[in-house]
Amino acid sequence: MAEEKVKFGAPLKIPGWVNYALIPLVNLIAALLISGVVILIIGDNPIEALKVLIYGAFGYPEAVGYTLYYTTNFIFTGLAVAIAFHCGLFNIGAEGQAALGGIGVGLVCLYMDWMPLWMIIPFAMGAAAIFGAAWAYIPAYLQAKRGSHIVITTIMFNFIAASLMTYLLVEVLIDPNGQSPESRPIIETTWLPYIHEVVSMPKTPLNLSFVYALILSAGFYFLVWHTRWGYEIRVVGQNETAARYAGISPSKNIILAMMISGALAGFVGVNEIQGVHHRLILDFTGGYGFAGIAVALMGRNHPIGIFLAALLFGALYQGGSELAFEMKSINKEMVIVIQGLIILFSGALEHMFRPKIEAIYRRFAPARPVEAR
Amino acid sequence: MSEQSPALELRRINKSFGPVHANKDISLSVDRGSIHGIVGENGAGKSTLMSIVYGFYQADSGDICVNGQNCHIENPQSSIEAGIGMVHQHFMLVDTFTVLENIVLGVEGGYRLSAGLASARKELIRLEKEYALEVNVDATVGDLPVGLRQRVEILKALYRGAEILILDEPTGVLTPQEADHLFRILDTLRDQGKTVILITHKLREIMAITDNVSVMRRGEMVAHVKTSETSKAALAELMVGRSVLLQVEKEPARPKDTLVAVRNLTYIDADDVPRLKDINLDLKAGEILGIAGVSGNGQSELLEVLGGMLTPTSGSIRFEGKELVGSKAFAARNLRKIGFGHVPEDRHRSGLVLSFSANECTVLGYHDKPEYNRGLRLDRRAMVETCQTYIEKYDVRPPDPYLKASGFSGGNQQKLVLAREMEQNPDVLLVGQPTRGVDIGAIEFIHKQLIKMRDAGKAILVVSVEIEEVMSLADRIAVMFDGGIVGELAASEATEAQLGLMMAGVRDASSGAKAAV
Repeated sequence: MAEEKVKFGAPLKIPGWVNYALIPLVNLIAALLISGVVILIIGDNPIEALKVLIYGAFGYPEAVGYTLYYTTNFIFTGLAVAIAFHCGLFNIGAEGQAALGGIGVGLVCLYMDWMPLWMIIPFAMGAAAIFGAAWAYIPAYLQAKRGSHIVITTIMFNFIAASLMTYLLVEVLIDPNGQSPESRPIIETTWLPYIHEVVSMPKTPLNLSFVYALILSAGFYFLVWHTRWGYEIRVVGQNETAARYAGISPSKNIILAMMISGALAGFVGVNEIQGVHHRLILDFTGGYGFAGIAVALMGRNHPIGIFLAALLFGALYQGGSELAFEMKSINKEMVIVIQGLIILFSGALEHMFRPKIEAIYRRFAPARPVEAR
Repeated sequence: MSEQSPALELRRINKSFGPVHANKDISLSVDRGSIHGIVGENGAGKSTLMSIVYGFYQADSGDICVNGQNCHIENPQSSIEAGIGMVHQHFMLVDTFTVLENIVLGVEGGYRLSAGLASARKELIRLEKEYALEVNVDATVGDLPVGLRQRVEILKALYRGAEILILDEPTGVLTPQEADHLFRILDTLRDQGKTVILITHKLREIMAITDNVSVMRRGEMVAHVKTSETSKAALAELMVGRSVLLQVEKEPARPKDTLVAVRNLTYIDADDVPRLKDINLDLKAGEILGIAGVSGNGQSELLEVLGGMLTPTSGSIRFEGKELVGSKAFAARNLRKIGFGHVPEDRHRSGLVLSFSANECTVLGYHDKPEYNRGLRLDRRAMVETCQTYIEKYDVRPPDPYLKASGFSGGNQQKLVLAREMEQNPDVLLVGQPTRGVDIGAIEFIHKQLIKMRDAGKAILVVSVEIEEVMSLADRIAVMFDGGIVGELAASEATEAQLGLMMAGVRDASSGAKAAV
């Protein structure tokens, strides 16, 4: 009977636009509606707030620059979570892997700054990737060979990464002339070029790593769907028994996917350290790693979806800070509430509207007569 | 309630799932005190129909009458109240509870469990006596063999006052002897005035036990006949819609060299349970070796070891004289390269990735072959083209290489797996349950393909729980019980009764035959 159910349960294919556009849109609208109610309760005008939010994110050139700068981080972490998802793994550790990536970038820019920029760029990126991947390797190894659950270990590794970061910045890398836990500034010749230095636009933190994120998105698509390595990762993620049957090693692919994931997360360090802050600081990861989970979920683990979701989150970050600045009753915490609601609806409650929407679609879809076999 | 009215009557039942019309205008009348068979291929709508009767689904239109009274069955609860009981294919029992506790589950009666249990015990002992269902009510269900667990399910239905008993594919997990015992129980139930509805795709059972039989095809009821007035061949033709060969047509085998020699193979799993005990087998070119046995007696492990998915604890496997165990070649991927093909027992669990498209499943296990790769890139066009040729050659429907594997019916999924493994032209082909959940029409096709491979000089190992399939397909039969080989005999000399005894672990049954081999 189970087989019968599978056969009859899913006879009509739900087209892509319902799956990839309509359902995320409905989730987003639901989240915004609840946010509106919350804003109404604290005595402000939700329509006005939405206007400020959108204007703050896209209304003028600087705003767009800031939005895209945030988007860059979300693309990196979204891709990182997504590649692990394709292998059936829930990587909660992008935050810690990003922090380690930052350390790698920082070390290269601090101690190899005799190199010209065209040499420092690949070295810094390589260091970000290697540090992030190495940090992801340990939980991956424990999962693949020892069966320790990756969710638990990656969460723990976030804490270890944070402590390591604090230790390094307080004890080892601290600027000898400074008071706060941060390294000395990296010299200007190692800075990643800003976009406003190349294209005529106002000064914003948007830098070359945005272009890099777009290239990586294309690479992600190619790797996952058009190479045998991506094929193996997906087989392991979808059906581990089938993988063993086909001679595909689950443990090898778990480690591979997690190391790619860690490397992708590590690139946040390139954007933040080499691109914007120009020194190693505490907590530069700012929750991008965790938001990456929502980005990947909302983007259905596909680079195009991830780009759109990352753009939405970038807009929320930028528009949100504008909102906190413009409207007196809405503070930074309130913006986090709105972001939280969007994560809740598009991530955790992703399947809340799905059955209803699919049922409605089935009812109104042009009925094609299909013979029961 | 008149004596003339049928126990169960369905009038023009319709049920659609989206655009799929699973039941079209089904009418059915089941006489009281009879055993009524319902046959049909997978997906013909049998299970859907019975799920409607049992209240899992609601019919879109139509009436259900029990004892001449129109019943509105909304859920299993109202179905039970109407006197309908169901024995599912997969038992719904709590393994750690006793038989008694399982039976009263949901109808404990009152707050004090002990009082309910005491009265239930009395009632159960009466039922057991009346219907000759010997089960120890204090045994833990997990310790019981499957045949007894099924009796617990029947008792459970009777305890709830079932007058009409529906059994869904009840013999799938039983040895032929256990199945015969079940049939005797059903006979007794009929004699006591109960009505039994038997859903099955095994025509042998229909002929053996039922009074009347209804045939379903593509969601429609195509015939109601008296069992005494029909034959297996006629029923098969009704089920498929064309005449089918039930017996495999084949020449006698001409076995040549031994390709694979298995010696003293033992496998102990991670929980320290010995799954394979001292297995000795020879796979010869140009011969089909059949492995018979009730499922769960080590056949799965044997296939997985030979397929390179499990590492044996001890023993030797030689391929063309070379030792495989401990060598580099002994891994699923490398075995494929040296000429092993493997059609796994469970295509959903291992043969396919259901969320992948047909063309992606076509390269599973062979995805690193040069014809599917161009440098770094996986050659999607080559994958689709290969899939297309397989689809044409094996008549897979619908012929869509982009359709997800889950979108094909069981038989077509199996054809996809078979096509992939056979088209690599392996020297050794391991096949687990070649026709499980496959329509009769496709079974014929699959059997022909296997015979064709055999005649081309390949060594084939077929594991099947369908004793008829093993007997008709194999040239030699080995019977497994409790991880060991009970005996081996030539297919031409094997009888069903003898194999049945061996499947239950009786070693002597084969002794006469073994001497002859």
